[in-house]
Amino acid sequence: MTEPRATIGVSSDDALDAFYGALLDDDPTALYEKAPCGYLSTLPDGTIVKANETFLTITGYDRRDLVGKRTFAELLTAGGRIYHETHYAPMLQMQGSARAIALDIVRSDGTRLPVLVNAVLERDAADNPVIVRAAIFDATDRREYERELVRAKERAEASDQRATALARTLQRTLIPPTAPSIPGLDVAAAYRPAGDGDEVGGDFYDVFQVADDDWVVVIGDVSGKGVEAAVVTALARHTIRAAAVNEQRPSQILSTLNTVLLRSDTDKFCTVALIRLRNRDGAWTVLASNAGHPAPVLIRSSGVASPVGTPGSLLGILTVPSLTDTHYELARGDKLILYTDGVTEARGPDGFFGEDGLLGALEAGPNTSSELASALLAEVLAFEAGRPRDDIAIVSVILPT
Amino acid sequence: MSVLARHNVRVCGDTNGQPIVFAHGFGCDQNMWRHVAPRFEDTFKVVLFDHIGAGGSDVAAYDPDRYTSLTAYADDVLELCRALHLENVVFVGHSVSAMIGVLAAVAEPARFAKLVLVGPSPRYIDDDGYTGGFGEDDITELLESLESNYLGWSSAMAPVIMGNSDRPELGEELTESFCRTDPAVARQFARVTFLSDNRADLHRVEVPTLVLQCTNDAIAPVAVGEYVTNAMPKAQLVLLEATGHCPNLSAPDQTANAIAAFVR
Repeated sequence: MTEPRATIGVSSDDALDAFYGALLDDDPTALYEKAPCGYLSTLPDGTIVKANETFLTITGYDRRDLVGKRTFAELLTAGGRIYHETHYAPMLQMQGSARAIALDIVRSDGTRLPVLVNAVLERDAADNPVIVRAAIFDATDRREYERELVRAKERAEASDQRATALARTLQRTLIPPTAPSIPGLDVAAAYRPAGDGDEVGGDFYDVFQVADDDWVVVIGDVSGKGVEAAVVTALARHTIRAAAVNEQRPSQILSTLNTVLLRSDTDKFCTVALIRLRNRDGAWTVLASNAGHPAPVLIRSSGVASPVGTPGSLLGILTVPSLTDTHYELARGDKLILYTDGVTEARGPDGFFGEDGLLGALEAGPNTSSELASALLAEVLAFEAGRPRDDIAIVSVILPT
Repeated sequence: MSVLARHNVRVCGDTNGQPIVFAHGFGCDQNMWRHVAPRFEDTFKVVLFDHIGAGGSDVAAYDPDRYTSLTAYADDVLELCRALHLENVVFVGHSVSAMIGVLAAVAEPARFAKLVLVGPSPRYIDDDGYTGGFGEDDITELLESLESNYLGWSSAMAPVIMGNSDRPELGEELTESFCRTDPAVARQFARVTFLSDNRADLHRVEVPTLVLQCTNDAIAPVAVGEYVTNAMPKAQLVLLEATGHCPNLSAPDQTANAIAAFVR
């Protein structure tokens, strides 16, 4: 007895007796009748020819009411019957098998039993279908989990939609609600958030009046994206507006913003280009400061475009930022373009749009601000095949001839 | 993408012969005809295709705003006929494609020589004095059934299924793709199919029509086949001794013989 004991892995005579006892008891008939799933054999047309005890137990039917009298499809709900006819039966006939088909059996008492069905179709030597053998598993719990999954998926989708709607609403608060305008100047802006517009970016711009014939035009970019960036962006925009009331010099306004950012509970920083435009008897002077932002481009009426201003520190990092003011005058026909790095760092198949791309586009650009801003935006978008990686903001100021 | 690629169109048989177009129903694809269509290749130009959203069609071409009624599917059939320059067409439509054929024949009667409707139903839901065989609740149940079964359909499998547009022969690869499609498409196609009502279109068909009806069809009962035959001016009914809704699979010989007797 040593050898079989070793082979089957039992160590005592009692265990060996139990092993052989179980082996004898679980003969093929018991294995079939008391299998842990229902078994059903049907003719190719669905007529039930055989059902095991497990199937009868889980469905409540009497063998005499099924065998030779009912088809498998007739035991299903009407919706399940359509699925059976349009999917399960064709699959079985075409492939010879069907796996994990979810159906509902109507029990003898009218209640429903969710099941999963695996089936094979046996054919004779002449390839004629002979019999279908199906294993039927009670899937009550599983179906409940699946419904939970479907509900969770629906909730996730709804929540996604809400987040997108929220992002778009928030985005709208970062730029002025109406097109900017300054009497005596031609001003326009163009704005496009990154990607599909379902994320809140950190670009902002603003145009506002401080006093008679005294205006501020500002453009900026807060690091990062999402709600936190949007909150800092809103903070920056409103701080600039408040500071501009008391501070005359653009560098002082930006310095105040730097202090506010350092004191606020954020590790975000930002870049800003700010210009103050003053009108003295039709002559417009510009006082500008730049905090780590791409320099605005001045296009003289001659058509030559060049960056203006002195570079300065990013805001929100240094306690004492290095900021200077630059003073210059606008002549009739001059165009001043403020933009964010979404323009110059736009990436296409042949590299970056770059400052060269920008200057090229501006020198050949149209003569009104709204045309200029929208043409530049269109060119950048085309460069990125319509799907910008970063936000793009552009403000154009022209002193008409 | 051309209409032929979009619909995974296959043309075989006698290219100079009379065209016979086989259209599959809700659930599977053109492979439903694989035991029947070859019987017509001797003298007919046999055309097989997949409806958009099914089988090897271009699922990206499925526009939920367009496929809101069977008319869109009928338009597809006509577009396909025009692209292939098919005239004097025999149209064989199984299940919902029977009504799609009816709509196409009403829209362009001159293009069609004969219609064969296999297991047609102009209205699945019972109505005042009309027995379609189902209630609204049953269709809701079907949609649930689709939902449960498509839980087995994962986005990981989608490329395998969708990319498999060229399948001249059925093989192992079919096992994973036959009768499986994007759940959102299947849901809407099911709704459009089982909630449509085309009873009023039947009498407008002037084309000679054969109605093929199984004696024991769980989806389209004999009474519905009779209703269709009576409502159509030039229709005749042939009963097939077959069980189920797909005689093209379960009784291909009988089905092919009945079609041949009518169209040859």
